[in-house]
Amino acid sequence: MGMTIGEKIIARAAGVSEVKPNDIHTVKLDRMMSNDGTTHLTVDMYKNKLKHPRIADKDKIVFIMDHNVPAENPKTAEAHKKMRNFARENGIKLYEGQGVCHQIMMEDYVCPGELIFGADSHTTSYGALGAFGTGVGCTDFLYGMVTGSSWVMVPETLRFNLHGKLREGVYARDLILTIIGDIGANGATYKIMEFAGDGAHNLSIDERMVLCNLTVEAGAKAGIVEPDEKVADYCRQHGREAVHMFKSDPDARFAAVYEYDLSQIEPVVVRPDFVDNFALLRDVREEKIPVDEVFIGSCNNGRLPDLRAAAQVVKGRKTAPSVRFLVAPASNQVYIDALKEGIITTLMEAGAMIMNSNCSVCWGSCQGVIGENEVLISTGTRNFKGRAGHPSSKVYLASAATCAASAIAGTICGPEDL
Amino acid sequence: MSNQIWKFHNDVDTDQIIASQYLLLPDVEEMKQYTFESLDPDFAKNVHEGDIIVAGENFGCGSSREQAPSVLKALGVKAVIARSFARIFYRNSINIGFPVIVCKDLYDAVKDGDMADLDLSAGTVTAAGKTFTCTKLPEYMQNILSQGGLIASLNKEG
Repeated sequence: MGMTIGEKIIARAAGVSEVKPNDIHTVKLDRMMSNDGTTHLTVDMYKNKLKHPRIADKDKIVFIMDHNVPAENPKTAEAHKKMRNFARENGIKLYEGQGVCHQIMMEDYVCPGELIFGADSHTTSYGALGAFGTGVGCTDFLYGMVTGSSWVMVPETLRFNLHGKLREGVYARDLILTIIGDIGANGATYKIMEFAGDGAHNLSIDERMVLCNLTVEAGAKAGIVEPDEKVADYCRQHGREAVHMFKSDPDARFAAVYEYDLSQIEPVVVRPDFVDNFALLRDVREEKIPVDEVFIGSCNNGRLPDLRAAAQVVKGRKTAPSVRFLVAPASNQVYIDALKEGIITTLMEAGAMIMNSNCSVCWGSCQGVIGENEVLISTGTRNFKGRAGHPSSKVYLASAATCAASAIAGTICGPEDL
Repeated sequence: MSNQIWKFHNDVDTDQIIASQYLLLPDVEEMKQYTFESLDPDFAKNVHEGDIIVAGENFGCGSSREQAPSVLKALGVKAVIARSFARIFYRNSINIGFPVIVCKDLYDAVKDGDMADLDLSAGTVTAAGKTFTCTKLPEYMQNILSQGGLIASLNKEG
């Protein structure tokens, strides 16, 4: 029986010729990533709970400080110190303040066909390069760090055949928010979301990251775009070789198959408090919803094309006086590229506050936290109750272009409304 | 022994279980006072050892923060019984030795504050005058859970 991309990756990591859904396998992990959201707890467990503390292969582990960077209070500073010291003591590669963990992993590590555990739910992003990335907690991470392996129950795969191209002014962000709206916040729970078809291959690697990153918001264990020459090129440009470019077999079994015509996708605004609370911009704009804050950034939508789209919208315009407009590039590399292109200047001239590369407003803990009853429109990953600050505050999700237009207007709208 | 039920709705996400701003506190003992803060600010004060959480679909959706099942365990919650769970929360719970139980029919039969008798080894829960059978865990996961979690099983391996 044929296998899907995800099944082939698990089979490779398990050292077996075939796997099928619901089998449980012991797998070797190709790589592991942990960030400052949980690493201090992992370090405590390593030091205090293990009978025989040891690290299977330090070169497969990456620590990235991105959630509360730079530290905003003494307790965070202590958590960071713990993470930093552990990395130094054990020779683990540490990134501090260089960008959001998933963006750095894509730029510096991920290869197609790899099985990667990350102590962060949006590890699903790595499917943009044909890898199986999945989020785990710190106990799972610790077990993997000590043994170099873990256990995986093989998920079923949902196949999304994408056709054609997105229209001008419509983004990968609108596409994945549409898909999540269609299948629901638990529509892919414990499943792989596999994207293929000419429409998928038309998307850039950055756009594929937008898709795969948000698959966890439908409950998926992994999101994977069928790898192609663009993946091989990306790897080469970043000094790596693409070895395991898996495709699903013609007789692979899918739990369901969905077809999407990309030319039919429209700009989306997701309403509070769930990522599947889908609405179309053309309906929401009529309500003229006032916003207090606008955020462009995050592992989902803080890359160069997103900042570029925002800059095009705000060029020569000014942020509404009632709005705080915050931008955090996804990595220092993105930041530098945006500086060179003049994007940062354009955004600043429009009134944006440019922040260091980190998770920032998206995770509601250290930058741009919103107060009681305030409204945020964001390119972040989720809009749960209280996600960006006070429990009574509200978060809308949209593309960078829609967010930028809303910053200028002071109400939720698209670029054509300015 | 009967224990009190705390009933929650569908799609309870990990930000609601423990908000981002508390995750970098030094340890779970310090975090647990903020459990469910946005849904019920007094939950941590009022919950008793052995109490049971009953929820609808997709409990624990959202982030991978293991702090979510950890604060519930630290407060003495005996188990979460839901119609369904989000996968990372489910896996994290098993890994830390915290029982998460799928039971499709319990949710509609009970209300907040009811008493329930959960028999973990039999996989049954008795409440509102009826006994409900819960979905069995695969043997592999049941082993992790019954050893007290992944670290306990690792320490046993040596």
